[in-house]
Formats: sequence, structure tokens, C-alpha cells
Amino acid sequence: MTAILDLTAAQAAAAIERGDLDPGELFGIYRERAAADELGAWTWVADAAPVAFDVGAPLRGVPLAVKDLFCTEGVPSQAGSRILEGYRPPYTATCVERLQTAGATLLGKTNQDEFAMGSSNENSGFGPVLNPWDRSRVPGGSSGGSAAAVAAGSAPWALGTDTGGSIRQPAALCGIVGLKPTYGTVSRFGMIAFACSLDQAGPLTRDVTDAALLYRHMAGADARDATAVGHPDEIGLPSAERLDGVRLGVPVELAGGEGIEPGVLAAFERSLALARELGATVEEVSLPTADRALSAYYVIAPAECSSNLARFDGVRYGLRVEADDLLTMYTETRHDGFGDEVKRRILIGTYALSSGYYDAYYGRAQRVRTLIARELAAVFERVDAIVTPTSPGVAFELGSKSADPLAMYLNDFFTVPMSLAGVPAISIPCGLADGLPVGLQVAGAAFSENRLLDIAYALEQGLGFDGSPARGGATP
Amino acid sequence: MSDVRYEPVIGLEIHVQLSTRTKMFCACPLSFGEPPNTRTCPVCLGLPGTLPVANAEAIHHGLMIGLALGSQLAARSIFHRKNYFYPDLPKGYQISQYDEPLCSGGRLGEVRIHRVHLEEDAAKLTHVGASGRIHGSDASIVDFNRGGTPLAEIVTEPDLRSPEQASEWLRLLRTTLRRLGVSDVNMEEGSLRCDANISIRPTGSDELGTKTELKNMNSFRFIERGIRAEIARQEQLLRAGEPVVQETLHFDPRTEAITSLRSKEEAHDYRYFPEPDLPPVTITEAMLERARAGLPELPLEREQRLASELGLNAESARLLSWRSELGDYFEAALAAGGGVESQPLANWLGELTTRAGGEDPAATGVEPAQLAALAALVSSGAVTQGAARQVLDRMVAAGGGDPAAIVEAEGLGAVGGADELAPIVRAALEANPDVAEKLRDGDMKPIGVIIGHVMRETRGRADGKEVTAIVRAELGLGG
Amino acid sequence: MIDRDDVLHVARLARLRLSDAEADRMTGELAKILEHVERIGELDLDGVPPTAHVVAVEHELRPDVPGPCLSREAALAQAPATQDGGFLVPSPQAG
Ligand SMILES: [Mg+2]
Ligand SMILES: [Zn+2]
Repeated sequence: MTAILDLTAAQAAAAIERGDLDPGELFGIYRERAAADELGAWTWVADAAPVAFDVGAPLRGVPLAVKDLFCTEGVPSQAGSRILEGYRPPYTATCVERLQTAGATLLGKTNQDEFAMGSSNENSGFGPVLNPWDRSRVPGGSSGGSAAAVAAGSAPWALGTDTGGSIRQPAALCGIVGLKPTYGTVSRFGMIAFACSLDQAGPLTRDVTDAALLYRHMAGADARDATAVGHPDEIGLPSAERLDGVRLGVPVELAGGEGIEPGVLAAFERSLALARELGATVEEVSLPTADRALSAYYVIAPAECSSNLARFDGVRYGLRVEADDLLTMYTETRHDGFGDEVKRRILIGTYALSSGYYDAYYGRAQRVRTLIARELAAVFERVDAIVTPTSPGVAFELGSKSADPLAMYLNDFFTVPMSLAGVPAISIPCGLADGLPVGLQVAGAAFSENRLLDIAYALEQGLGFDGSPARGGATP
Repeated sequence: MSDVRYEPVIGLEIHVQLSTRTKMFCACPLSFGEPPNTRTCPVCLGLPGTLPVANAEAIHHGLMIGLALGSQLAARSIFHRKNYFYPDLPKGYQISQYDEPLCSGGRLGEVRIHRVHLEEDAAKLTHVGASGRIHGSDASIVDFNRGGTPLAEIVTEPDLRSPEQASEWLRLLRTTLRRLGVSDVNMEEGSLRCDANISIRPTGSDELGTKTELKNMNSFRFIERGIRAEIARQEQLLRAGEPVVQETLHFDPRTEAITSLRSKEEAHDYRYFPEPDLPPVTITEAMLERARAGLPELPLEREQRLASELGLNAESARLLSWRSELGDYFEAALAAGGGVESQPLANWLGELTTRAGGEDPAATGVEPAQLAALAALVSSGAVTQGAARQVLDRMVAAGGGDPAAIVEAEGLGAVGGADELAPIVRAALEANPDVAEKLRDGDMKPIGVIIGHVMRETRGRADGKEVTAIVRAELGLGG
Repeated sequence: MIDRDDVLHVARLARLRLSDAEADRMTGELAKILEHVERIGELDLDGVPPTAHVVAVEHELRPDVPGPCLSREAALAQAPATQDGGFLVPSPQAG
């Protein structure tokens, strides 16, 4: 059984194809582990293995964990919010549908920060998720349930979404791989929206190869999402072992970033040394506006979310607090249904869009966004990728940042610029600090996923990070 | 001060439901009175995770409207979100257009167009009174069938100066839209809805007074009456030295009462921002080409053609153009041939329309060719005007018919020539000696008595002019 | 600087009731966040256009072809209250 659990998703798919592994057995093992999960990673687990597996399909019955905010027909899809408690959509998200068509089977839905707002997974309406490396610590967020499930081996791989770092940061804190693709390459149809212009679905996996394999089957244009253009290239499985000729940039403005922990910095430096050993050149690059990205992000994302979350009004689905008049029904339903962080962002966003403030906040933030996108594009003319730590710190203690929203937001310092620019970025584990995983972020130009995956793969091979302690060391 | 005269200044905002097959942002077919909530999908119900995709045909309709109104068409069309809470608005925002509408400027007749933009319609709310379900309070039921129907919102400049002019112009707009084939433009069914912005100012002043917005008047009659009532209300306020307050008003056509719709809540702050789910739509040359190619002859162009090419008088040209069903009937009759002349045919169409109660003449069952044949019988002198009216009565009564056959069967052919008419005229003169006396003295005023007598005798089949000529001949009065 | 009245005004626009304690706490938190956010005010943005869509995408319009609708049962299945085939809500005119 341990041997089966040690298989990556790609290896499991290959074993099924060879006839060495029965997909029903694979599903059963993971189902049992997911059902027994003590990390709070799951909000719903499938009852039984699907009756039939399409053995001809490329993903061949490999079970998939899906972040709660992806709509899955007839299955609870609550986006981590009490306002959607028990909500079962009448349709399935395009991206999940594509993966199911490719042969993946739905193992369950994973816990998350409410409406993807958070970096610790403490904002879920259904309780926090614990980090499998240290249960007193957070797994990161908002895709914390997906990250914890993969790290703890209760899922071979998982879907997450990234708005400002929500795939990359929990992947980093849980010691796994997380890819935030180029905006628009994966359909958002059926993803319960946080911030439409930033949200992007992506894989959380044990290794870079799995990330490439899952992403390959997620990407694609969608007639139901006007912003989904798909990917111009076929996504290949990475194979680069060296980085000869690859130019990596380290943004000076980010490297000297606020509150970066020494252990994280040390792991990052070691990764750069390895990159040089593998043949890459590493140079300093400048992103003068990147240190304002967080400020712009905390206008744009809340503004969009204030509008996106207006539909949760107690009329057609979800929670309703009954009242004699409409206004009270609205205000009480939303008071009871939303958690603090969601309320905070709705208020900031409403304020930023309101009459008299639009230009100073939303208007300016959208211009800052232009600058950041231009600066990144200019840097990607010179280098193949930029590298930063994924997060300034390792997994922190539960509750340690809950009282200070701003301190929590700083978790996204390194990840937000790429989100604003819509460019792809991957986080891979690059070592431990104080026994906890550290993530390395590698970001590239729009649609450069194939090159990014190759760079990440070469580094992964060189780093030889052992993610198994968390999986093998203890039952989840 | 009481002798100050006021002039109304009126602008209209018209919401037109476009007659596409599907909704603005989802593939649901448009609804025509189906049972509630049977024309919905996850998108138009605003279910979590759903996204809008704009309907190509709605954009095409919008471009046609812009071309017809002479608007400037945007190179890129941008959608915005208009944020507010209401149960008929499933997403908590309406996707509309804001600072970059599809069409800007333009003109229709004497009224300048401010802008035309596209948006999605709201759902239908039905008030159901006290309901046990909601703690015994008043409740509403929401039906999302209509929600998401594509709308074009047409906003005019404040160029209208009277209620009559407003409703008259709205008819022209309606005909224009109907000719374009972009909407059913049915006010009663709500596919054409009109709000009016109304202010008044001392005649001669060019400053604008404080305006009010009169909402959702659902017939041409109500528009005229509503605007009239609001003008009167404002005038009364100003004459009493009280200010007009800028607000949204509702006109109740039953009571003529005007009430404020201002809610107890604070003013709206719509927090417009560009719709992140919809990239800009680039208006391509191919799209423009298709819209241009689809443009039919518009009412104002038709009016000009009917006047200049067919020589119709101004009144007929306008009537037949502004009511396209009349124009279409007329042109079909003209095309039927038979050598009928335009203006008399237009007049006969007027007769037929009167008999149709002012509605579509085609509804009488009289075919255009049959009307043309009747007009031709009159022009050739084979039937008199009076007899022709009787023939038309019979045609309408029978739901159509061949006029020549009716003339034949009913013996309504013109009584022609002195041989037949002279004895009847003589008898009339003998029966009215005092009239004959006056006529002999050159006082022609009472000749109508004689003509009337002859008409009675001939059941209207005599021609008045011919009768006059015979009277003169009989009395030796010379041509 | 955002004050308590601003927060309550915005909460009302957002149809969100805040208790007194929540309003107090949110006012402080929002002020701090906005102070950080206002660092974008220091940048020279003259001539910089806003970005609403980060990847230049042509809007692929939808052909006007009808698709399937939900059954009424499915449409109403998740509704907190229904009546006569519709979604039941407290009347906007009441109260
Ligand atoms: Mg409108
Ligand atoms: Zn629909």
C-alpha cells in the first residue's frame, strides 16, 4: 500500500496503463485516507469508486482532489463559505469536466479560505486546515486543503486556484509543487469567483511532471468563458536536466523584501547556487513598481470581489436569514453568511469603487497594474525567468497572524506581481528551514509554461527535495 | 409673475428588447409568456461560478440601430458592471455600458440622439401581497425568464418640447426600429419601454430647469398624459414659488396621480467598473459591413421618396412612412398595377384604414390589389367616389372581394352621359322650382339641393361635376 | 482617512449589517489597510492607461443559437423559499 502511495500521479497513470495497478484499488486507498483525514483538508469525499474507469483516457482513473470553489454537479461546492453551506450546483466547472473527460475521477472537495480570501486557510467557514508538516501550523491559503491533502498523501494531486498566490504559497508551505498558469489559459467557468481578472486555476502536485501533466489537460479555450483563450502550445512533460544558457533574474526590489526569514533566504541562495551549477546565469533585474503590487492588489481584488459576492443575497440559493423586509433579509443574510475576512474585503472594495473614490483607488490601481505588467514584460525580454522565494516565511503558527490582516497580506508579497501581470509562475520546494518546507518561485513571460516547467524540473532534480516525511511519517 | 409662460424641455430614455433568438449573455431562448422560471440557465440565474458571453446578434442589432440613427459607432465596445441590489437582478449587478457606449450621438428627425448602449434586462417581479411564507408580510415572486434579455437603451438629447411631439417622435422611433427588424417594439408587452426626463423653463430662456424622471410609461397614450401631468405639476410648483425637486416619479394612468419613487434608502451609488469577465469587443469592418448591408429603407427616407418620386402630399407621405404597415400596404397596392395613381390610392388607403378602426388595413381582408382596382375604377370614371365608398363598405364587410364584380352585381356603375342624367336633372329642377329660379339668376349656391336629389335618385352613381354641367345646360347658363 | 461613518455607509451599500463592535474593529483595520494601499498614490502615473484585462484577448462573441435551459425544478432546487414556480422574497415595497 505504501508503494502505491509513493507513486506520483503520472507514475500511477503509467502503472494503470501497464496493467500493474487497478484504478479501483488506487481510488479505494486514497478514498480511505481522505475519509480518515484529521487535517481538516476535506469538505466532502466521494462515497465510492466510480463504477467504470475509461482505461483509454490519458489520466486513467487517477483520483483528483478539487478545491471546494469549483462547481461540481450535485456535489457540495461551498467555496469555504457558510453562505453556501450545502449548495449543490446543477453543473460542473469546465476545467473539472475536462479532467474528468481525460479520465480523472473526483475524489473529493478540499477545504479553502472562504471565497479564496486568505493565506492561511484559517478563514474557512468549515474550520481551519492543519499543515501536515506540523499540525500547529497553517498550510497556507487559500488552496490550503488541496496543498495539505497532496502533502499528506490523501490525494495524488489536486486542483487549486490562485488569485494573488493562493496556489503557490500553500504549495510552498506544504512542500509540494504549485503552478499558477498564464491568465486565460484555463477556463474560469464554474470557478466560484473571488477576483475575475486575477483568478486562475492550476495544479498542486507532488512534482513538476505531475504539474505539467495535470495542466496539459486543464488548459484550453472555452466558449463559456470569454477570457479563456487556451494555450498556444501543447504542454509537454519536462525533461531538461541542465540549465545551460538559461538566464534567471532576481528582482532587487523583491529580494530585499520586507520580513523575509533568514532560513528562507538561505534556502533561496542555495537554489541560486544550484542553478548556476546547472549552467544558468543569474543576474539582478529591476521591477521598480513591484513593491507597490500588493497595494494595487488590495484595491483590485477587493473591488472585484465586492461585486462578485453581491449575488449571495439569499434569493436563489444558499443561506437566507428570514426577515419581514427585503433590506433586513439582505443585510442579515450577508452578516451571518460571510466571515470577517470576506466582510473586510467587501468593505474595502465597495469603498474603492464608490463615488468620489474610484479614481484615487481603483483607477490608480489599474494604472499601477499596467506599470507592473510592462516592467515584467521588459524583464522577460532579457531573462527567461525570474526567481524569488515564494513566501517570505515558512508555515506559521495557527492564529499567529489572525489579529493583523495586513501582516497576513504580506505573505503574498512575492506572488502578487505575477498575478497582476497575468504571467505564469510555479513554486517548487527548495529545502527546509527549521524543518519546514521553503518554496522557490519561478516566473516567466505569458504563455511560457513549457520553458518554466523545464526550468523547474531541472532545479527539482538538482534539489532532490524529499517531500515524503510528511506523507510517510505519520498517517494524516 | 403669473403671466410668465413656461416651455417644457423633454428628453426620452427608451429601453428596447432586441429580437434575438437568445439572451444577451447566455444561450437561453428569449421568453414569450412561458411558465415562470422555465427559460433560465446557471448563467442568467447568476449561479456561482458562471460567466457571461456576449451575443453576437445583439451587437449586430446595436450596430444597425446606431447606423439608422446616424450615430458614431465605437471601434471597441466595453461592458461595465452597474452594481446595486434588487431581487430582479441575480448577480447584484447589471452588465451594461458606461463611458464607452456602442453608439454615440446621432439624430432621428428633429431629435438628437445622445447615445445607444446595450445591456441585459432584469427579471420580472410580481407582488403577491401578504404571504404566509414570509412572516405574513408582503412578498414578491421572481421569475427569471425575462432576466438577461438583450436591451438597447436609446437616450435622446432634451430636444422635445411638448407631450404630443414626444409621443409622435416615439412612434417614428418605433417604426424605425420595426423596419430594422431589431425588436417587436410592443409597448403593451414591454418590448419598448420609455422613461421621460422633464423640466420646464420660462419661454425664451435657454437655461435648463431642474428635471424629474418619469418612469416606465407603457403606452403612447400614457406617455402623452403622463408628461402633460408632470408639466402641469412642475408649473404649479413654480407658480407657487416652490422648487422642483430632482427625483424619479411614477405616473398612474388610472388616477393621473404622480408619485415619487424615491426610496427611503440613500441615493444609488452604482460603482461602475469595467466588466472583468468580458474583454472589449472589437467592432470589425466585417461587422459594420453586415450591419450596413442589413439596413432597409428607413421611415424618413421613405417619406422623402414617397413625396418626391411618387408626388404624394406631405401628410400622406408622412403617414405612410411613419406607419410602415400602411406604407407597405400602399406600395403593394401600387405594385399591383392597373394604372392607379399614387395620391388617389393613398386617399383610398385612408378610407380603408378608417374602416379598420385606425388599425392595420390588412386586417380587413381587403387585398392591396383589390384596393388598387377600386381606386382605378374611380380614376377611370367607371365608378363615382360615392359609389366606390359603398363598394369598399361591401368589400370590408365580406373580408375582401373584386370591386368590379361588386359594381356589376350591385349595379353601382356610374350613370354616364346626358341621355341618362338629363331627365333626372329635369325632374329635380321641377321638384324644386325656387332653387331653379335662383340658379337661373346666377346664384349657384343652392345647386347642392339639385345634386343631392340626383344622387338620391341614382344611389350615388352620378358624377357631381357632370350633374352640374347638365344643370347649367338645362337652364341655358353656358359652360 | 476612512472613519466609522464611511464604514457604515459602505456596509449599507454592500448590504452588510455590522454590529457596533464589528464597525469599530473594521474601521481600525480598514484604515490600516487603506494606509498601505495609498502607497500607490505616490507613483507618477501620468499617461499610464489602466489595465482591465491583463491578457489581450479578443472577445469571441457567442453565436445566437439557443441552448438547453434548466428545468424549473432544477432552477428552484436550491432556493430558500419558493411560491407559484418562482423565487419568493420579502417585497421590495414593504417595510
Ligand atoms: Mg438602462
Ligand atoms: Zn440563461
